[in-house]
Amino acid sequence: MSILDLTAVELGKKIKEKEITVVEAAKAALEQIKALDGDIHGYVSYDEESALKRAEEVQKGMDDGTYTGPLAGVPMAVKDNICTKGYKTTCSSKILENFVPTYSAQAVENLIKEGVVFLGKTNMDEFAMGSTTETSAFGVTRNPWDLEKVPGGSSGGSAAAVAANECFMALGSDTGGSIRQPSSYCGVTGMKPTYGTVSRYGLIAYGSSLDQIGPIAKDVTDCAALLEVIASHDPKDSTSVELEDYHFTDALVDDVNGMKIGIPKDYFGEGLDAEVKEAVLAAAKKLEEKGAIVEEFDLGLVEYAIPAYYVIASAEASSNLSRFDGVKYGYRAKEYEGLHNMYKKTRSEGFGAEVKRRIMLGSFVLSSGYYDAYYLKALRTKALIKQEFDKAFAKYDVILGPAAPTTAPKLGDSLSDPIKMYLSDIYTISVNLSGLPGMSLPCGKDSNGMPIGLQIIGDCFKEKNVIRAAYAFEQTRTYEAPEIAKGGAR
Amino acid sequence: MSKQYEAVIGLEVHVELATKTKIFCGCSTEFGGAPNTHTCPVCTGMPGSLPVLNKQVVEYAAAVGLATNCEITQNCKFDRKNYFYPDNPQNYQISQLYLPICRNGKVEIEVEGQKKDVRIHEIHMEEDAGKLVHDPWTGDSLVDFNRSGVPLIEIVSEPDMRSAEEVIAYLEKLRLIIQYLGASDCKLQEGSMRADVNLSVREAGADKFGTRTEMKNLNSFKAISRAIEGEMNRQIDLIEAGEQVVQETRRWDDTKGASYAMRSKEDAQDYRYFPDPDLVPVEISDEWIAKIKEAQPEFRDEKKVRYKEEYDLPDYDIDIITGSKHLADLFEATIALGTEPKEVSNWLMGETMRLVNESNMDIDDVSFTPEHLAKLIEMIAKSEINRKVGKEVFEKIFKEDVDPAAYVEEYGLKSMNDEGALRKTIEEIVENNPKSVEDYKAGKKKAIGFLVGQTMKATQGKADPGIVNKILNEILAQI
Repeated sequence: MSILDLTAVELGKKIKEKEITVVEAAKAALEQIKALDGDIHGYVSYDEESALKRAEEVQKGMDDGTYTGPLAGVPMAVKDNICTKGYKTTCSSKILENFVPTYSAQAVENLIKEGVVFLGKTNMDEFAMGSTTETSAFGVTRNPWDLEKVPGGSSGGSAAAVAANECFMALGSDTGGSIRQPSSYCGVTGMKPTYGTVSRYGLIAYGSSLDQIGPIAKDVTDCAALLEVIASHDPKDSTSVELEDYHFTDALVDDVNGMKIGIPKDYFGEGLDAEVKEAVLAAAKKLEEKGAIVEEFDLGLVEYAIPAYYVIASAEASSNLSRFDGVKYGYRAKEYEGLHNMYKKTRSEGFGAEVKRRIMLGSFVLSSGYYDAYYLKALRTKALIKQEFDKAFAKYDVILGPAAPTTAPKLGDSLSDPIKMYLSDIYTISVNLSGLPGMSLPCGKDSNGMPIGLQIIGDCFKEKNVIRAAYAFEQTRTYEAPEIAKGGAR
Repeated sequence: MSKQYEAVIGLEVHVELATKTKIFCGCSTEFGGAPNTHTCPVCTGMPGSLPVLNKQVVEYAAAVGLATNCEITQNCKFDRKNYFYPDNPQNYQISQLYLPICRNGKVEIEVEGQKKDVRIHEIHMEEDAGKLVHDPWTGDSLVDFNRSGVPLIEIVSEPDMRSAEEVIAYLEKLRLIIQYLGASDCKLQEGSMRADVNLSVREAGADKFGTRTEMKNLNSFKAISRAIEGEMNRQIDLIEAGEQVVQETRRWDDTKGASYAMRSKEDAQDYRYFPDPDLVPVEISDEWIAKIKEAQPEFRDEKKVRYKEEYDLPDYDIDIITGSKHLADLFEATIALGTEPKEVSNWLMGETMRLVNESNMDIDDVSFTPEHLAKLIEMIAKSEINRKVGKEVFEKIFKEDVDPAAYVEEYGLKSMNDEGALRKTIEEIVENNPKSVEDYKAGKKKAIGFLVGQTMKATQGKADPGIVNKILNEILAQI
């Protein structure tokens, strides 16, 4: 057994018990990156020297008792839209190609205090806009299960790096499914926490009212442990909420006896791949066998989630991304005449097609004369969708469904048809619109051997219900890594 | 001009609030400082940074709203105003459009004895922008973000004013309310209070409004008056010539006494306002409002009544003293030390105003302490110094805030109240000036003035002129 086969919590334990040193763990991950990332390209950048230096410091800190947490010494990756002080943070965009933040995101600060080791920054769709990691300005990320397929997105780099054992865990961000959908495609476990659970300070905003940082890892235990570290009330983020209970790992109990699980019929209709449907319903059956009460119900308004999402997220993005103007930091066009020409050329050259599409869409829906018809209507739709979930959670502890309608598509298939790409987020988007926690975990494979993801959704701040249901299901199967991950560093 | 015209004027007044820190971050609002030293990721619009509202801004804005009879929006929100400009680091300004903190207020103004209400449409909170600096050597434009994020309120009036005098009265009223609240120093010259004038003209008595223009860059009350007169005449001339007034923003050039168009309505930007998702709605509870109300100071109108009743000062004096919160504070603090109110008022109205005018300074920059003025008044009352010396000492107090007792001691300015010594000096002067004595005896009573003058000269002004007169009379009577 290789170090790389360990989960993050298992590795943390072995490091604490001095079976493995922090440097050994970091070296194993770095070797794997060097061996595989040429093919996979999960990372935008990684820094062997600083990772090893940090590993040595953390080892000292563990020896002298500074770091005592379960994830101390564990090497991890961070999505490249999360600020890391003194280390390039690009959002996979040319416009931030050389941007080095002067501060770290609060989630990163929390991880520094825990004593994790940072390996590098993972690839993503440019500014998290996309569902395949193909809109990155620095090249696509490939799915470790099949290099001809996409890893999903926008946190495709993080999901692929975890699946390929190029790190033991990673941070992603989820605005419309960007953690859960790639986790599903890559056969790993990812969680979007309730809006307000993890500070957004230092997360480069896409859709501010929807964005949340969350964990991507090999299993539910790692996800819960990582969430426990990154979740905190942050006075620097006005939308951050102070929770009564941060002990998410307490919910790692193999017991769903009497738990009420709702299956939204609307999630199993047209557009859902038959093999995905079968695997997800089989998972529901497993939980039922364990004593959960599983029931079908009508969720309603599902078809309105995608249009509402694209209006709201694009509107916010059009404003959030206006600061990238070539004046203060990042890319500036080489040649220009006067201020407005500089703005125009910088942004034309610096942003990719999908980002421009959403900036234009967002600017349009906010313009005078259209604001009421689009933006306000979308906000009202959002409120109604939340009401539908409120009704559901009056009856059920969790809702169970697919994370995505299909398994990972081929590279290049989605970009030619943006609407098709947008539809791949149909089961994840309403969770963001309602601020709910949602987790994706593997529940089988299709006939091509591609992983299928099961999504478990909870009520606001009821992460523990989600974790408990996911953990109980996870006990019925064993984690499987893609072949390529096993061929790397031994 | 055959027809009679009237101006219809509404004001947008920006006031910089006197908070110690910026509206959405902990950076200092202190004026000056090397460029970009009072900055952080938030007020420079760095990626990933987030705004957090400074509660003091809400308190000041609500306090101004309550003092101007506004309704407080108990669930107010911030919106983003999107536009590209390099002094605006995020390329959007956080402001309030849909739910401003205060609405539907009014203040009463008085012009030539006529009272009238000016209604306030709304007051909203927003952040200031940075400053562009053009380097003439390199031709570069540089940005200083020290002012970026300094809290502002914008007070928007209804178009209720009809003349420059009414506008000035309204601005004075706002300025004093805000100064009394301590919410801002409201200095037009320094930009902590800025007014944009929306003006249209119509035939007197007409119901419909004419086309309005907005005038910017008004840095003093005088400039505002001149700009209003100028714009009124410009619009009337256009109408008389059968031309159209164009709805546009104009910039006033006070040195040229003329304005020029900055941008027309057609160029008006679409700001694409929408609620800022980074900030949660501001809940202003009944308790909070009650607390802000309770903390409201005595305003000028109340003070005027009380000064009349309690101190019986002339209306003119009351007007001047309460016309500056600083002066009123100084007055009250001096009285609180046990000094006679009329005496204090006299020093403020007389010597203080004289020196203020002489040195061309702002009354709010008067910096002497009430203790020193009180002490001076006491020394004069006790005849420790005479009034003339008192004025000299006061000038020192005014300029350097010297301790009058120490100063008088150091320079030996104490009155010569020792009658024996004084009598001896006077006897000498009488002896040395036989001509004057002769004149006096011959009935030229004025001659005594010369002798008094000689005595004051001999005592370096320290003698009490009353006592000198008394002794002189005694001596001359004996001759």
